[in-house]
Amino acid sequence: MVAFTVNGKAQNVSAGDDTPLLWALREHLKMTGTKFGCGAGLCGACTVHVDGEAVFSCQTALSDVAGKKVTTIEGLAPNGDHALQKAWIAEQVPQCGYCQSGQIMKAAELLASNKQPSRDEIVKHMNSNICRCGTYPRIVRAVQRAAKEA
Amino acid sequence: MNEVSKIALPELPELSVSRRTFVGGAAGLTFAMTVSGLVTEAVAATGRDGDNTVNAYVTIRPDDTITIMSPAAEMGQGIMTCLPLIVAEYMDADWDKVTVEMAPANHKLYGNPKFGGIQYTVASLSVMGYWGPLTMVGAQTRQVLINAAAEKWGVAASECSTEPSKVVHKSGKSLTYGQIAAFAKPPAEMPKVDPASVKNESNYRLLGKDTGRVDVPAKTNGSAQYGMDVQVDGMVYASIQRSPVSKAKPVSINEAEIMKVKGVKRVIKLPYGVAIIGDTVEATKTGREALDVKWSKAPGDTFTTATAMGDYLKIAADPASKGITWKSKGDVSAGIAGAATVKTFEYTSEHNYHAQMEPMNATALVSPDGKSAEIWASTQGPTIAQLVSSKVLKTSPANIKVYPQFIGGGFGRRAQPDFVVDAVLLSKIMGGGTPVKVIYSREDDLAAGRMRPMTAHRIDVGMDKDGKVVGWKHRVVGESAIGYTNPDRLKKSGGKDVLVMAGAEIPYYGIPNWMADHVHQKRGARLAAWRGIGAGYTKFASEATIDKLALDAKTDPVEYRLGLLSDEKAKKVLTAVAEMADWKRKRSGTALGVAVSQLHGANVAGIAEVSVDKDGKIKVHNFWMALDPGIALQPDNIVAQTESNIIYGLSQSIKERVTLENGEVQQSNFHDYEVFRQEDIPNIEVKVMPQGGIPRGIGELGLPPTAGAVANAVRALTGADLTQMPFTPERVKAAMKG
Repeated sequence: MVAFTVNGKAQNVSAGDDTPLLWALREHLKMTGTKFGCGAGLCGACTVHVDGEAVFSCQTALSDVAGKKVTTIEGLAPNGDHALQKAWIAEQVPQCGYCQSGQIMKAAELLASNKQPSRDEIVKHMNSNICRCGTYPRIVRAVQRAAKEA
Repeated sequence: MNEVSKIALPELPELSVSRRTFVGGAAGLTFAMTVSGLVTEAVAATGRDGDNTVNAYVTIRPDDTITIMSPAAEMGQGIMTCLPLIVAEYMDADWDKVTVEMAPANHKLYGNPKFGGIQYTVASLSVMGYWGPLTMVGAQTRQVLINAAAEKWGVAASECSTEPSKVVHKSGKSLTYGQIAAFAKPPAEMPKVDPASVKNESNYRLLGKDTGRVDVPAKTNGSAQYGMDVQVDGMVYASIQRSPVSKAKPVSINEAEIMKVKGVKRVIKLPYGVAIIGDTVEATKTGREALDVKWSKAPGDTFTTATAMGDYLKIAADPASKGITWKSKGDVSAGIAGAATVKTFEYTSEHNYHAQMEPMNATALVSPDGKSAEIWASTQGPTIAQLVSSKVLKTSPANIKVYPQFIGGGFGRRAQPDFVVDAVLLSKIMGGGTPVKVIYSREDDLAAGRMRPMTAHRIDVGMDKDGKVVGWKHRVVGESAIGYTNPDRLKKSGGKDVLVMAGAEIPYYGIPNWMADHVHQKRGARLAAWRGIGAGYTKFASEATIDKLALDAKTDPVEYRLGLLSDEKAKKVLTAVAEMADWKRKRSGTALGVAVSQLHGANVAGIAEVSVDKDGKIKVHNFWMALDPGIALQPDNIVAQTESNIIYGLSQSIKERVTLENGEVQQSNFHDYEVFRQEDIPNIEVKVMPQGGIPRGIGELGLPPTAGAVANAVRALTGADLTQMPFTPERVKAAMKG
């Protein structure tokens, strides 16, 4: 049993210590906004925040988040109206959409520490996250828009 | 049971126009349409969640809300916005009042007339296939509403028109669609209407504008549900290892060891692999990692791609090789025999993996008697999932319910039903009405991926004494993808394989004699359609060849193509893209390359600007593309799809390849099957230039010119002749030296 906070709510998950946080969120807590893409920390689809830092939840053991604050796409903003989420809609970023939870969480980490990132900073920061539909140009535009409008 | 691909699909039902009977009611109006699109029936909705409402295209309720069904699968191409938008446009609906629902599997109602009347979202054929039927559904729905209002008012229908979700009489009085739905009775016969008389490009309110995609908001907050997200009460999980070599069978399994893993319930030997059933994903994952299977020998276990490619090239060059003609014009033998000079060019491409972001998965609940099932899956082919599952359970397709989910990347992979069969089979074996959710690991997804076939190409070009091209023969050597997925279909087509050969035809060039043929190989890879199908490599081969002809003729590549093109619309997109790129301007350290393509009658041209570093690594700085979709239904979505095609296409051109050794895939995850990431992306500019006609598919149109444009740019910059896809640094370096 591991106790931690998800999106401000206390949770207890009864699973092995080495269970990836990804599966604890998705199949134990039924919070499926965080996606499984590669299981190896290579694609970024599973990105969540642990105490404000973007991590690959597929590479994070449940025991490592004991007592910590986890934020997922469902909890990024109360009504799904984070500046990034609004910008994602304005720029019509998602196509298949499967990677976008991870993309948004990764971008949110950047804007939290760097209010006005340059284009190069955005590209570098977002390089960890694969989008097979190739929404990359719109992701950059949406981050720039969110930075401007936030 | 053997490999899924060996299950012959039952014959698909013939298309027919059939009237359906509906129970009347008072809760609103529902419009159903048969597959031909020729008949629309209006019925009064029952207000229940019964067959009447579920199987209809349009439901109008007294509160003015409207539901429109999307018959095609949404995999990012925007179709669940586009198709309902067509209906809304022609019925003059207020789009803000419209809710879109994904249609369940029911090909009689929702089949695509352009694809045998089945629900099969492939080949960029949804808009082209559904355009006629859906404009008719919209126009007839509108007319029924007008007629009902006119009758109520006691006026002539011809005195009425519509505004968004309203019928308006010339006197100024009006009724909303919801108000009409509350009293209207379904007509005995649907009115005859010509959709073109109701709406056209000059008076569209919705089409041609950017309304925004209906699925986008849910894809920004985690609420969009994919197959991977399905939760069914009481479900167990399954991981699955397919045989590393196609068609091998498990001989022995370390079952006792796997059963020791906490949470593992069963190890199940399947004819084509081994499944591990567990209470949790982590149990099936741990069990899978400990799995050790001995496999039987299989026909494909000598297929090593590095050596086979040499065979392919030899076969391509051997005049005795027998090819199956794909398409032709004139007399290519005479054209080449009578030529003053003949030039020969060779190219190769390797296997490619879809690398869709959502690993394959499906959830199935087979009834305790084993004769019916419910299936939740991200599938491009609900009808095929239904038919194949009915074969597995030896039951009627009517007993199989398929609930299509959002698709986390299709690209052709999810046109195959193998992953659905896994779930159905395992739920049946588990018995007692146990729902099973099968999740492939990325490694298993790649190891048993359904690849785009490896190919070798040989193009012979005959020219007369003035250098005019008089004969063009394009030979492709490779395994048949349809031969793997559906041998019966291949037999019926006489061996013509569109998945392999698409794009080898060049009707837009004014070459009097040309022919493309396919020398079939049987080596044993798992194959399927892959975005852009054959055109991803055939257009590379043809456009690289055209550039070399231009070079030999000491003619600018754009000028050369304009001289050779016979299709005026093709010339327009080429001219436009050359302007966008400022083609004639000399660059320092970079160079431009151009390529053209055509798909389903739509033209496209692309230009790449590249540099090459000392290690042979290509960087694409800019990519310009101009394309003609006929009618641009959703302009921004066409741009988005084109950006997507350029990036997918550049990634396959420069990075992606699967290699096999003794039949086994050698790559395992994104570290060794690398795809384009944020840092690889060029600046992209797209020009959508509709030249009229009908709206055409844009989901793959932009992909085929990418490889040719890059190869031609690298040649222009360095003189290196890139003939092997992908253009890896080693190959670029070797070509620069050569």
